[in-house]
Amino acid sequence: MTPVNPSATEESNVVSVADYIRANIREYGMLIALVAIMVFFQFYTGGILFKPVNLTNLVLQNSFIVIMALGMLLVIVAGHIDLSVGSIVAFVGAVAAIMTVNWQMNFVLAGILCLVIGGAIGAAQGYWIAYHRIPAFIVTLAGMLVFRGLTLFVLGGKNIGPFPKDFQVISTGFLPGEMIDIAGIPLHSTSLVLTVLGTVVLFYLAWRRRKVNESHGIDVEPYGFFIAQNVIISLAILFLGFQLSTYKGLPNVLVVMLVLIAAYTFVTRRTTIGRRIYAMGGNEKATKLSGINTERLSFYTFVNMGVLAGLAGMIIAARLNSATPKAGVGFELDVIAACFIGGASASGGVGKITGAVIGAFIMGVMNNGMSIVGLGIDFQQMVKGLVLLAAVFFDVYNKNKG
Amino acid sequence: MDNTILEMRNITKTFPGVKALENVNLKVRQGEIHALVGENGAGKSTLMKVLSGVYPAGTYDGDIVYEGDVRHFKALKDSEEIGIVIIHQELALVPLLSIAENIFLGNEVAQNGIIKWQEAFKRTKELLSKVGLKESPETLVTDIGVGKQQLVEIAKALSKSVKLLILDEPTASLNEKDSDALLDLLIEFRNQGLTSIIITHKLNEVRKVADQITVLRDGMTVKSLDCQTEEISEDIIIKNMVGRELADRYPPRSVPIGETILEVKNWNAFHQHHRDRQVLHDINVTVRKGEVVGIAGLMGAGRTEFAMSLFGKSYGHKIHGDVSMHGKPVDVSTVRKAIDAGLAYVTEDRKHLGLVLGENIVHNTTLANLAGVSKATVIDTIKESKIASEYRSKLRIRSSSIFQETVNLSGGNQQKVVLSKWLFSDPDVLILDEPTRGIDVGAKYEIYTIINQLAADGKGVLMISSEMPELLGTCDRIYVMNEGRIVAELPKGEASQETIMRAIMRSGEKKQ
Repeated sequence: MTPVNPSATEESNVVSVADYIRANIREYGMLIALVAIMVFFQFYTGGILFKPVNLTNLVLQNSFIVIMALGMLLVIVAGHIDLSVGSIVAFVGAVAAIMTVNWQMNFVLAGILCLVIGGAIGAAQGYWIAYHRIPAFIVTLAGMLVFRGLTLFVLGGKNIGPFPKDFQVISTGFLPGEMIDIAGIPLHSTSLVLTVLGTVVLFYLAWRRRKVNESHGIDVEPYGFFIAQNVIISLAILFLGFQLSTYKGLPNVLVVMLVLIAAYTFVTRRTTIGRRIYAMGGNEKATKLSGINTERLSFYTFVNMGVLAGLAGMIIAARLNSATPKAGVGFELDVIAACFIGGASASGGVGKITGAVIGAFIMGVMNNGMSIVGLGIDFQQMVKGLVLLAAVFFDVYNKNKG
Repeated sequence: MDNTILEMRNITKTFPGVKALENVNLKVRQGEIHALVGENGAGKSTLMKVLSGVYPAGTYDGDIVYEGDVRHFKALKDSEEIGIVIIHQELALVPLLSIAENIFLGNEVAQNGIIKWQEAFKRTKELLSKVGLKESPETLVTDIGVGKQQLVEIAKALSKSVKLLILDEPTASLNEKDSDALLDLLIEFRNQGLTSIIITHKLNEVRKVADQITVLRDGMTVKSLDCQTEEISEDIIIKNMVGRELADRYPPRSVPIGETILEVKNWNAFHQHHRDRQVLHDINVTVRKGEVVGIAGLMGAGRTEFAMSLFGKSYGHKIHGDVSMHGKPVDVSTVRKAIDAGLAYVTEDRKHLGLVLGENIVHNTTLANLAGVSKATVIDTIKESKIASEYRSKLRIRSSSIFQETVNLSGGNQQKVVLSKWLFSDPDVLILDEPTRGIDVGAKYEIYTIINQLAADGKGVLMISSEMPELLGTCDRIYVMNEGRIVAELPKGEASQETIMRAIMRSGEKKQ
């Protein structure tokens, strides 16, 4: 018994605030949770959380989780999983160290080679998963062991470091720019300008999207709500950008991360590749029978994951300033948890980039906040585990209720 | 009314925003076969869920009187305890367990938690012989056909000492022979005193077995017909179901037939898993412009296998044969190539092979032709929505909007979304595999109209169907398939249920 709409053309396409929130409860729920967690730790840590230096640390500590979550989200949406990313991180970090420290290779060339190696590892795993239909869980579990072992082997059980200055810049550097004085506060000029510019562009894009939707009869939220929502988001971005500008400015990794987030959001929402991955995760057979090469698609999601894990591997190695056999242990779990907290479905076909990013930051802020207040690693793990369970329960509960 | 076993009085059931049932009355006599008919969404399944306690007492209004007492079922097991057993459309068997394990699942023949296998096998054998199955109790359910699985379900019901058996579309996925066997079994059980309620879309079956018919429409009881006191024709039933006279179940058509579009020559294929078993032998098929060509045959004749092997080798292996479109040989070795060559395959299994159920109508509509709504891989979402809206109104898809998830659509509307997808890929020849399976009479008529429109637009249609009247009503020419071979080709004038069956039977004899 489907209630039939009397006539779709006559009704207004502005939906009520309540309906809009209900339809988007997942994102709002997680965003509100993130804000709540941040506010909680801001007070609980006596105002440390939002201090410029801590915000900078937060970004530096979590950028690689976010970057890998982008790839992992695609893997999970495609209906797979990748347990090997922590080991890939360690292996690529080790290779980077050998190339730049031992062989003194040019850092750009070394960087490119690292991405290629990451991609090749992804391809090697993707080959078995896509073309031989071996479950991703098994292939990447094997990969997790193999590449951890390879890391130990190439490093000979020792740490290699320190990295040349040029190489470290990707992870520890900041955007170039002068410090200027505004109303007596020293601010990083480039960072401030970029923040303001970014806010304006985001606002404009949201506004344009709304106009286009409106003119084509697609549901939009009420105007007041739209403005309020975007003003709040803009203010939040301006605040964070301002805080960072009072310290050393925007870290390089933040810029890399933001560009990647924008690119992957676009790919998942607007391109045929994104659409096909969602369709494949939702129903692989139907997608294949619609003329889509699902094997190749699976294969490339793993190549992509490998490249991003390679990038993360370099960032982590550069941040620690040495390649160690223990790098990236357990990262795969943080990355996977970020995706599930962000609303991805374990059975595939469902999940958003924004969700995964929010999920990653929820994990990151909790790590950071709990460390500041001196909570032991034991309790940290328990809390994170329960948050993951609660987030997924929230999902399932909403689904059953709706 | 001493022989009334069940009476449902003034049942009203509301879901948020929808009244699914309104003052429905159903009266079933002891020892009869009672048919419950109505279009999809008329409330048949809801009514049976109320009866069996899936919707517990208190969530609906009205009374259920069973064997003289008002009953309040809190759960499915309450109704099962007193002999009401429901067999759902989607069978509830565990494929990788044996027949015996399935029959006694949740009800094991055990002492202190330890299963007594000998006893279980013995009782399974007895139950199986009652339903006419000769399989061993140890056979895995996955290894027997759907028809036999249905019988296992019935055996399972018998094991629970059933008094009132409810079957929800038991023959939907059975071929004619298995359907007949099942219906004969029901008649036999009736003669032994078992009461059953059968929900079905197939009116010839209703005519064959029903003692009484209750027609539901839009959640209300429209009519109770007693087959013992009056002669009930299919037309009367249909009239009550749809609320209007269906002068003709098949829309008329007169399209000039043009030159040959699709030609398949010497098509052979082997079984997907049993790799040395040939399933298709030297099949030759042609489809011309504006022509609707049917493929008739029993289940397992190889019709779906043929269609899927042709459509990008989606079934089978060691496939060989020649395909040409418009007189030119084409490569159909992958689905993409088949689509590009101008073929489309509308599957018989829309839930598993046709739709991405979690996605909305828009995303499903454009899935096979994303290039048609994108530039340099960037999707023009506005254009995409427009196209989906067009097909929604053209095919009269009933949904709250084009952004409704397809999982929430009724069977007929889901089928129309699958059709939209393939129409948007703009094929020259559409292969329709059981296009009206599991959808109601009104929606069937709409599908036939769409098929006619396609032919009128100059496309060729190859239609596989297990319902012979449907083939006879819509096709210009019918191929008959049996055991992987084309055994006859009948033009409209020569085709009848008899000639088709005769062709099948004769081909079977020839081999022996």
